[in-house]
Amino acid sequence: MSITRDEVAHLARLSRLALTEQELDHLAPQLDQIISAVAQVQEVAAEGIPPTSHATGLTNVFREDEPAPCLTPEEALSGAPAVELQRFKVPRILVEE
Amino acid sequence: MDELITMTAAELSAAMGAGKVSAAEVTTAHLDRIAAVDSQVRAFLHVAGDEALAQAREVDRKRAAGEPLGPLAGIPVAVKDLFTAVDMPTTCGSRILEGWRPPYESTITRRLRDGGAVLIGKTNMDEFAMGSSTENSGYGCSRNPWDLARVPGGSSGGSAAAVASYQAPLALGTDTGGSIRQPAALCGIVGTKPTYGGSSRYGVVAFASSLDTPGPFGRNVLDTALLHEAMSGHDPMDSTSIDAPVPPVVEAARHGDVSGMRIGVVSEFSGDGYQPGVMARFTEAVELLESLGAKVTEISCPHFKYALPAYYLIAPSEVSSNLARFDGMRYGLRVGTGSAEEVMAQTREAGFGAEAKRRIMLGTYALSSGYYDAYYGKAQQVRTLIIADFDAAFGQVDVLVSPVTPTTAFPIGERADDPIAMYLADLCTIPADLAGNAAISLPCGLADEDHMPVGLQVMAPTLADDRLYRVAAAVEAAFADRWGHPLLNEAKGLNA
Repeated sequence: MSITRDEVAHLARLSRLALTEQELDHLAPQLDQIISAVAQVQEVAAEGIPPTSHATGLTNVFREDEPAPCLTPEEALSGAPAVELQRFKVPRILVEE
Repeated sequence: MDELITMTAAELSAAMGAGKVSAAEVTTAHLDRIAAVDSQVRAFLHVAGDEALAQAREVDRKRAAGEPLGPLAGIPVAVKDLFTAVDMPTTCGSRILEGWRPPYESTITRRLRDGGAVLIGKTNMDEFAMGSSTENSGYGCSRNPWDLARVPGGSSGGSAAAVASYQAPLALGTDTGGSIRQPAALCGIVGTKPTYGGSSRYGVVAFASSLDTPGPFGRNVLDTALLHEAMSGHDPMDSTSIDAPVPPVVEAARHGDVSGMRIGVVSEFSGDGYQPGVMARFTEAVELLESLGAKVTEISCPHFKYALPAYYLIAPSEVSSNLARFDGMRYGLRVGTGSAEEVMAQTREAGFGAEAKRRIMLGTYALSSGYYDAYYGKAQQVRTLIIADFDAAFGQVDVLVSPVTPTTAFPIGERADDPIAMYLADLCTIPADLAGNAAISLPCGLADEDHMPVGLQVMAPTLADDRLYRVAAAVEAAFADRWGHPLLNEAKGLNA
């Protein structure tokens, strides 16, 4: 086994997914199966081979810093679940100890 | 069927230019077709009826006034539901974005609109483009117009199904691991993954940013090239966009020719797991290429067999990062109570489907300290080796060919909860995504076992997209001579 149910529950917490117990029962063996399959990359002799993160080879693409039209506050907030005083209204972030 | 919906985009364009038909009539005919068949095909998540007609009437006005128009003026185009367009919802096939109206427009839809193309609606897809069947959509799966009990492929399955059922002559998709070529093959139409960076990702909701490539669908090679050219080109809004001229794809599509061309058959893409009917049609297509004067050789790309596992580490890793933005704070769904962190976890639990959750967790695993080198790092090295395989191959041949998929369209439900079986649908398409070069899928006949379409994949070097169309146009013309009609004419039922 490459990954346990407890480890999958930990991954779900890291991923901010409030999985149900039934989902964990279902997804944990599937992830185990997938991880075993993708581990096949470890067979490849790749000593000294540089990694490729993207195929174009472009680095540090800059443009002139010129003012241009952008979204209005109303447009930027148009999809927000909650708005107050022209800002995104979010649940409490800091909790008193 | 109404003649206006069976005409190609090129024919419609000529007819509108000659004043034989108006853009409003063309759009109306397609909206009528959608109304007649889409309750069965379920290709569209949103039909922009009024907006499309208004765009079409504006084209008619401009034409009457003698104002300049683009080559796709008045042509309806269906849009995969991950391109932002300000007058339509964008859901990405996910419940987490249900009802979201984007405040900005993607570069590609902006360019198409500016040229007079009519955006007729948004098409169904696997959630955030993760899947090969549209069964991972949060809004139900689309159907294959050849057989409504089978999947249309995915993730751009709604776009492929719309084009194959004459609901639109052209459609936009994106290809990250095969999401244009695989549904094109399964639906018997043409679809292209352009060179990565050749088409802008600005306003295309990100799945795996180093792989995502917007591209065209059409019912024939020339139409597909027309959309390819119209949507492509450098975009300062996308820092991965390539600042180079668009390859002359339309010119190539008008002059199909493989005589003297060196064509390599990828030896790794055959054997166990390949449906006999798929291999039979592929072998015939290779024989056809030889009869048309191509020099065919077998080419080994030894690392292609590791492309699938490498992809299923790289893409989920990028997904786990890209989908972190769906946190219920700034747009989309918000569910639950408690702290921000608790609301995030409940929102993502409610809004994402099973495949999105699997891939987010897989990516989180592959990137976590202690596993990074063994998984993500190793996959990136494999990516280098796959690029090297392509470089070596293109030192010997002009293009590579293979089947597009190991099998024809599978029955709905057959692989829906079997991730590994589903992933195999992209076995032959993934290498070009990892390497960033161009590839096309075009119909090469029907499998004997199930009478479902089979696709021929042609792969060309980076920025040699025109070579795909030179080959595809020659193959298409030769098959049309042999069959006496386009393959899609053999689809029964809906298209009768």
